[in-house]
Amino acid sequence: MLAVTGQQSLEELFDHIPEDLRYQGEIDIPGPLSEWELTDHFENLGSSMYTGSSRAVLIGAGSYDHHVPEIVRSLSGRSEFLTSYTPYQPEMAQGTLQGIFEFQTLTARLLGTEVANASMYDGASALAEALLMAIRISKKKRTVAISSAVHPHYREVVRTYLAPGPFEIVELPYGADGRTELSVLAEIDDLAGVALQSPNFFGVIEDHAAAAELVHDRGALYIACFSEPLTFGLYRNPGSFGADIVCGEGQSFGMNQSYGGAGLGMFGCKQQFVRNMPGRVVGRTADKDGKRGFVLTLATREQHIRREKATSNICSNQGLCAMTAAIHMATLGSTGLRELAKLNYDKAAHLRNGLLDAGATQLFSGPVFNEFVVVFDTDFRPQRERLLHKGIVAGLPLTGYYPDLGQAYLFCATETVSRQLIDELLEEVRR
Amino acid sequence: MTHGPGTNGLILDEPLLWEKGKPGRVAYSMPTRDVPEESVDDTLVGDGPDFPDLGELDVIRHYTRLSQWNFGIDTGMYPLGSCTMKYNPKINEKMAATPGLASAHPLLEAELSQGILKLHYELQEYLAAVTGMDAVSLQPSAGAQGELTAMLMFAAYFRKKNEKRTKILIPDTAHGTNPASAALCGFASIPITSGKNGILEPVSVEELMDEETVGIMVTNPNTLGLFEEQIKEITDIVHRKGGLVYGDGANMNAIMGMVDIKRCGIDAVHLNLHKTFSTPHGGGGPGSGPVCVTEELAPFLPVPLVIKTDQGYLLETDEADSIGRVHGFFGNVSVLIRAYSYILSMGPDNLKKASQLAVLNGAYVKARLMDTFELAFDRPCMHECVFSDSRQQAFKVTTLDMAKRLIDHGYHPPTIYFPLVVPGAIMVEPTETECKDDLDTFIEVFKAIAAEAEQDSERLHQAPVITKVRRLDETQAARKPCLTG
Repeated sequence: MLAVTGQQSLEELFDHIPEDLRYQGEIDIPGPLSEWELTDHFENLGSSMYTGSSRAVLIGAGSYDHHVPEIVRSLSGRSEFLTSYTPYQPEMAQGTLQGIFEFQTLTARLLGTEVANASMYDGASALAEALLMAIRISKKKRTVAISSAVHPHYREVVRTYLAPGPFEIVELPYGADGRTELSVLAEIDDLAGVALQSPNFFGVIEDHAAAAELVHDRGALYIACFSEPLTFGLYRNPGSFGADIVCGEGQSFGMNQSYGGAGLGMFGCKQQFVRNMPGRVVGRTADKDGKRGFVLTLATREQHIRREKATSNICSNQGLCAMTAAIHMATLGSTGLRELAKLNYDKAAHLRNGLLDAGATQLFSGPVFNEFVVVFDTDFRPQRERLLHKGIVAGLPLTGYYPDLGQAYLFCATETVSRQLIDELLEEVRR
Repeated sequence: MTHGPGTNGLILDEPLLWEKGKPGRVAYSMPTRDVPEESVDDTLVGDGPDFPDLGELDVIRHYTRLSQWNFGIDTGMYPLGSCTMKYNPKINEKMAATPGLASAHPLLEAELSQGILKLHYELQEYLAAVTGMDAVSLQPSAGAQGELTAMLMFAAYFRKKNEKRTKILIPDTAHGTNPASAALCGFASIPITSGKNGILEPVSVEELMDEETVGIMVTNPNTLGLFEEQIKEITDIVHRKGGLVYGDGANMNAIMGMVDIKRCGIDAVHLNLHKTFSTPHGGGGPGSGPVCVTEELAPFLPVPLVIKTDQGYLLETDEADSIGRVHGFFGNVSVLIRAYSYILSMGPDNLKKASQLAVLNGAYVKARLMDTFELAFDRPCMHECVFSDSRQQAFKVTTLDMAKRLIDHGYHPPTIYFPLVVPGAIMVEPTETECKDDLDTFIEVFKAIAAEAEQDSERLHQAPVITKVRRLDETQAARKPCLTG
């Protein structure tokens, strides 16, 4: 091959690169490791984690321990899905394209929106993009309001994304029921969008109906965010209350927790705003022979056509995660989704009732799904430490996020938590 | 004519999900209920979404058939320029599924998460080593978010210095994400034209760079597959005016172990782990776009960063100048695990060799196809080369026609109509993982298509003909968008 290219050695291929820009010496990394050595190394890394099959982590807070069905793992791992590129050549990517079209459809049905995009990076950046979208639609308005009961990390990402712009972010307080106080909205001018999360970080279901009405009265867009999409198998979805944009995290649908990623940003909105929506979308069309087919569409909103005027800079999204979520939703169906959602609700209720019986107090009176906050009147840390040794992580201490809340812990119980484990935990709490 | 692997085969049709199923079917293995039913507030309960109810085999056949309509690297050659579609080693998939890592909750205390934090820390170090840079954040979820992160850092850097800079120089060969990312930070894009050799000339940078300009965004090697040979002169000009240089690392696969990015004068560079570091592209993500920066910019990196202390690995969250988080947790960790596994299985020599072979393959394709197709710039190329359809236009055959004809022969087309500076561009990046035999077949097929263009142009206008669907009506799709079924 070198004879064809006209060089004597591989190094010569780089002769035109100035000497002073060359890499000096060897790259300072270990390896190469054989498969055996690599597997060994990873087993060591894995075993120095607390998590594993004999451990239960009763924390949600944006990352949920749900069972991943084998068919979801097996289908989403098919190499034709895994090793394909973004479907720029639709004739050889109809699998991805139809799969994403189905994802958009199931997502829109789940969230109650008219349209949905092909995915965003995660729930946090989806929320940041939703607020930017609201600002774009409003044309001149510069202020957005966000509930302080939105996941603290999501709020941080929002601040990062909005920092360079001339925007103001107002945080709305929460009340005794754990729901966002909406009354302050009346005092905020120049409002482009208002974002609430439901269930919010405390696990409490927000009053979408009241929020949507108030926000629309103020001439702003109502953005409903979520970190647990399974909620909509049981509770009414935000779209049905008139939310303009619904966005959040879809990790619950078939993705490993994997220390928080790769997850899935889900994003839907009303049809009227579709040309302002960020991200890729797949649309249905027909081929030369009139046969049904799918393509990436509305590209004129996107960076590769519109460049600096694009609705977002997003290019690669979470394609395979979207496909995985669609497979997961198909695996559940309406019937399975309702049953699984109710089971989550009941498991969390069982844990909550037990904790309350054992002397804990429920901090917020609002309705919940699979997460809730309790406070202990004595120091819970020693018990939590003992439970840790028994293989149970008993809730997330909220002091770091909300210093005012004292001995508050955010608990989560999904379908993976057995009654036996809950009873074991309660026994320790009662001691 | 010469044939690639493309042939007719049995393609099974498959309806949309909701055109299948029967109410009551569930493919999910529901856990046994061991807790009592609890009442729910009726006013909050919804009907639930209208999902089809499917059995396990319904779901399996549906997605297996869909997968068979797809083309992936495991199926065949993917010479997609600037996308680095190299083989994705299977062992990395297994490593990402390591139980303790795959099931890790992101909010567990650091002392309970030492394994993943160690991996995170070491990958930061390895990427710093590969680029020559000083500090790394693994948080950005894709290349475009890496770019945005760097732009946010530039904005924060100038805010801290109390300098108001509102413009940024972007070459005409840049990816569209560059201006879009800059715009999110309020920087106006000032286009800068490449010289007649296809590379940037210091004099054009000198003309435009001033103290109201943030700096420049450069892709190196650029999207014409050419190394920006005057990069040092250019970065010196920018630095003399107090500006910063952003490097788009989309084409890092050409220069590992060969070029030191920091020595080029680049202040921040993003890497695409789903390109250079072999993590699978997944039909459009999840990717990962770590940002590597100089010491001067390190304080502005997103938090948290993973640090190593006497007490083990910890998360550093208190950085006064940090731009904050760009991800809800720590980025696309499952992708980071694959890249880490790839780096360890390659080692230093093989990473360097990968780049050398990637460039050899690029140069080989260029040398063998330049008699057939018009080369955009006849200069030493790196890992990819750019042709145009200017010779074939005489026969009323376009880049698109030839790209579509390649599909009939079993090849994914190259990147087409990009970069924008080359009309009818055909950008071929073979990557290092294609062997000579396969490159030769691809080259012969592509030449045969060029011959066909002269003899039977209609055949190319009709292509592809053996795919499940033929050319699709994209105009109709955009005019009357149907985004849900």
